[in-house]
Amino acid sequence: MTTIATTEKAEPARRPRSQILEFMRQQPMGAASFVVIVVMMFAGVFAERVAPHDPLDIDFGGILAPPSWEHWTGTDAFGRDTFSRIIYGARTALIIGFASSFIGSSLGALLGATCAYFGGRVDMVIQRFVDIMLSFPIIVLALVVVAVLGKWQVLGIDINLIFAIAIPIVPNVTRIVRSAALSVRAMPYIDAARTAGYSHLRIICRHMLPNLMAPYLIMLTAYIAQAILLEASLSFLGLGVAEPTPAWGLMLSGNATDFFREAPWMALFPGIAISLAVFAFSLFGDSLRDWLDPKFKV
Amino acid sequence: MIRKSTIALALTATLAFAGDAVAQTPKKGGSFQFAISAETPHYDCHGSDTYATLHFASPFYSTLLQFDLPKYPAVKGDLAQSWTVSPDLMTFTFKLTPNVKFADGQPLTSADVKATYDRLRNPPDGVVSTRKATFADIGTIETPDPLTVVFKMKAINAAMLEHFASPWNCIYAAKDLAADPNSPKVKINGTGPFIFSEHAKGSHVIGKKNPNYFKPGLPHLDEWKGVFMLQAAAMRTALQGGQVLAEFRSVSPPERDSLVQAMGDKLRIEESSWTLNLLLTFNTEKKPFDDVRVRKALSLAIDRWGGSAGLSKNSTLRAVGGVIRPGSPSATPEAELVKLPGFSKDINASREEAKRLLREAGVPDLKFTLHNRTIPQPYTPAGIYLVDQWRRIGVTAENKQFETAPYLAGLNSGNFEVAVDFSNLFMDDSSLGLSKYLSLGKSSENKSRSVDAELDSLYDRHMRETDPKKRIVLIQAFEKRLFDQSYQVPILWWHRIVATHKTVMGWEMSPSHNLGQDLAQVWLNQ
Amino acid sequence: MFRYVIQRLLLAIPTLIGVAVVSFFLLRVVPGDVVEVKLRGDGGNVSQETIEMERKRMGLDKPLMAQFGDWMIGLATLDLGKSMWTDRPVIEEIAIRLELSLQVAIMASLVAVIIAIPLGTLAALMRGTWVDYVVRLITIAGLSMPSFWLGMLIMLTLLGLFNWLPPITFTPFYVDPKANFTQLIWPAMAVGYRYSAVTARMVRSQLLEVMNEDYIRTARAKGVYEKLVITRHALRNALLPAITVLGLEFAFLIGGLVVTEQVFNLNGIGKLFVQSISRNDFTLIQGMVMMISGFYIIVNLAIDMLYAVFDPRIRYR
Repeated sequence: MTTIATTEKAEPARRPRSQILEFMRQQPMGAASFVVIVVMMFAGVFAERVAPHDPLDIDFGGILAPPSWEHWTGTDAFGRDTFSRIIYGARTALIIGFASSFIGSSLGALLGATCAYFGGRVDMVIQRFVDIMLSFPIIVLALVVVAVLGKWQVLGIDINLIFAIAIPIVPNVTRIVRSAALSVRAMPYIDAARTAGYSHLRIICRHMLPNLMAPYLIMLTAYIAQAILLEASLSFLGLGVAEPTPAWGLMLSGNATDFFREAPWMALFPGIAISLAVFAFSLFGDSLRDWLDPKFKV
Repeated sequence: MIRKSTIALALTATLAFAGDAVAQTPKKGGSFQFAISAETPHYDCHGSDTYATLHFASPFYSTLLQFDLPKYPAVKGDLAQSWTVSPDLMTFTFKLTPNVKFADGQPLTSADVKATYDRLRNPPDGVVSTRKATFADIGTIETPDPLTVVFKMKAINAAMLEHFASPWNCIYAAKDLAADPNSPKVKINGTGPFIFSEHAKGSHVIGKKNPNYFKPGLPHLDEWKGVFMLQAAAMRTALQGGQVLAEFRSVSPPERDSLVQAMGDKLRIEESSWTLNLLLTFNTEKKPFDDVRVRKALSLAIDRWGGSAGLSKNSTLRAVGGVIRPGSPSATPEAELVKLPGFSKDINASREEAKRLLREAGVPDLKFTLHNRTIPQPYTPAGIYLVDQWRRIGVTAENKQFETAPYLAGLNSGNFEVAVDFSNLFMDDSSLGLSKYLSLGKSSENKSRSVDAELDSLYDRHMRETDPKKRIVLIQAFEKRLFDQSYQVPILWWHRIVATHKTVMGWEMSPSHNLGQDLAQVWLNQ
Repeated sequence: MFRYVIQRLLLAIPTLIGVAVVSFFLLRVVPGDVVEVKLRGDGGNVSQETIEMERKRMGLDKPLMAQFGDWMIGLATLDLGKSMWTDRPVIEEIAIRLELSLQVAIMASLVAVIIAIPLGTLAALMRGTWVDYVVRLITIAGLSMPSFWLGMLIMLTLLGLFNWLPPITFTPFYVDPKANFTQLIWPAMAVGYRYSAVTARMVRSQLLEVMNEDYIRTARAKGVYEKLVITRHALRNALLPAITVLGLEFAFLIGGLVVTEQVFNLNGIGKLFVQSISRNDFTLIQGMVMMISGFYIIVNLAIDMLYAVFDPRIRYR
């Protein structure tokens, strides 16, 4: 995802209390993608109930079984049910996607707002740092961070992987939010708050950030999609989550291609799952942008 | 001892093909393209331990002796025309083939052999020889005439002749070494069947026929090209598409099956048990793994026989065995093996015993992390299998896979709880095979940090024992003690599967992927 | 203009120094040791003494700050040092792979332009109709499909349908254009599709914006033929931001082909990057990071220059 300058006026979202119906009428594709996201979240949260099998159950008797009523998307080289693994994989993808995008976007928004608020030397220093970070391709930065942080797993989720994905997001969001925040900074009520003697932190958190919700939400959704994609890439390279944790990128690496003739389902369905998830979040982010702020470009 | 391996079926096939090759007259010429699944950092055989160096450099060099692969572990001459060993095993005399020339034209003499072995056993400053310890028992090297080399030993080493056949002891020119002892790292000048032509970094290496090769009529090929293909999937599709005709390390059974299905009778599959043992290593300095009951319980919980049946379908793991390769002369036979802890065929009884031991040790629902490696075969399947096996006795293990660098760093610094480890041997000799399990300090390979005087003394006694039968008894006693204490226990032995196009002839299969790569006998039946 | 370029180049220096410092210290935290991987990675029985000796030879036993000093001094003299894995100059290692990566990046950009401009224009002209929706779906699909998965599907389809695969070793374009093209077009397509999605979206939104501007309305009012309005006036002005996107993506492609190169077994910068990380070859990683950052900065500058040349509204002092 490449970011370009935003328009100077990022109007704070001042629409009447949002009606879901209105959104659905204006953005039917956005609504449809939202449904996909909800379904995926439901599957991820209630994986234990939804999944027909235990995703870890090894059955050497039934390896590489084709799709059937018993195994909707077939089984893998360990006889594990790939459909259940995809459902559990949704949990992994969503947790990592949400968490890293949330951490990255929030940190970025805070930094962006701080830049705009203080200006001057603070702005300079942060901007230089952002420049440095931006000159690494995202995947390269993530690779280095993964190597540096190593692995720290909690409940099968690699916390350091979340940071590795979140860190490359920060400079991108900082840049976008900063330019939106500059116009908020120029608003008279910010100066009023300063004269009233409020602390900097309070002004940033209470007065600036709420007015930056629109770009923040747009970036947040857009980067969930990117984070899911990045996690899949890292797992594919063997640097993300480890077996036997069910994860989509991991399902595509290793044996999946070896069996393409005998078991095409192994390479097909996890790829579809990744694409669908990223597609849904991207489309939803897009629609959200059109709806919240048609002039805002990401 | 390929023939004694457990997989009789595949072997008959192997031998049948070998028969084929003998029956036909080799065709001359042609260019042979094959895949190498790793790229060597440098060209120096002496300072390397990876097949990446050998699959690259073996065709350019000769050694004193070679393993005679169809009769493995018998040896035959390479540069040595003949050799004698004194009855006390203290003197080895080699007669060299006359009129051998290096690629740059200088003639080979006994001085080159001496310079090579001096570099191996006592490398000058700044030179790495990973075989320094192996040749530490050599006392002096004499060169009475230009074609005779005499090695006088300081101590008996029963496996010395095999060591002279090790593929790592590439013979370098004394003159090159005198000019720059490190020159073999970057420059290739050998007496092998091929002459180094090009190394496109990250891509491929090319060797051209050596017109002055000392073995008459060899090599058959005009040229070969080794392409570096690190991704198994890419390698397999290339093999299938005929862009490469072979890969000599190993493919996995699923890869084999899909290749066979796609290519039918255009493909030749050769299989053998492998001189590689996948191990489970406990860090005996970390709680609760300092408790023998916990270690033993975790070993007991692994269904090795069931795992062998299952994992042989989807990984390069296969045979159940002790510390010596199953099928080789001093290996513990199956009837004895099943009596050892963790090797019983009654897995339910073993699991009950494991649960009991864990309860006794006060950790019935143990949780730990398994230190594993990111290399897909066979580390990932092994990790998946182990986690599942332990789940069945109520133990939760988390499989953490690391890149080679942090993986080794963790193993060596003792920064792990339980690890998947491996023992890589190029021959079956027990002096090599057992040394990994000696006490910390006596063995640089012991990652479990265990100290056990009984194991050390059994090893020393076995080294001094000259009667093979008594030696085997001592090896079995060593194994029993090791598994009872469970510092490091075998998971399964690896299984080597080499896929080549049927047009590739004259290459010989062996239990080690380090052997038989000089390509002198290889020819293309096109 | 000239002064502006000099000024921008001078401003790039602190950024590059920052990248150098960050990458050096970031990497020293990585566990593991290149010497160990080199000597013990395959299970060799190598003594600790041998390993220490090799470390000493490579200068890895020096204090960290001394190593850092060497690195910074080397940089100042444009010497990136030697690869810890191969002992060869980092510049040489990179140079071998750069040609391929550059070429794939260029081809992917061409693929992107060929797909993106018609799609983006079409979507903008037929805004709100089904065409716009279809284009939107196509572009978002491009953004959603992991390019390694697309690459896998391409390879497997080629093999399945035609029993044919692209060549596996790189032939430079000037040696054998056909072999070169048949090898690189597939990864270029896999990456180019995703890349075209980004660009097409940019073309569409820019075009919509430009079409609302006064001079277009004037042109239309003057009765200028619609097609001419689009090509002569609107598209031309809408292309500048699209060029920005293209340029930035292009800069990233040099190092960003990491996963795709793995799938296609391409000997490029991305593959070298993954390998170097798995080998802890820090000097090589640092060298590549410096190169990618430098490239990014130069492309950024070039884009700004383009703006200056093409967009009469922008002038630099």
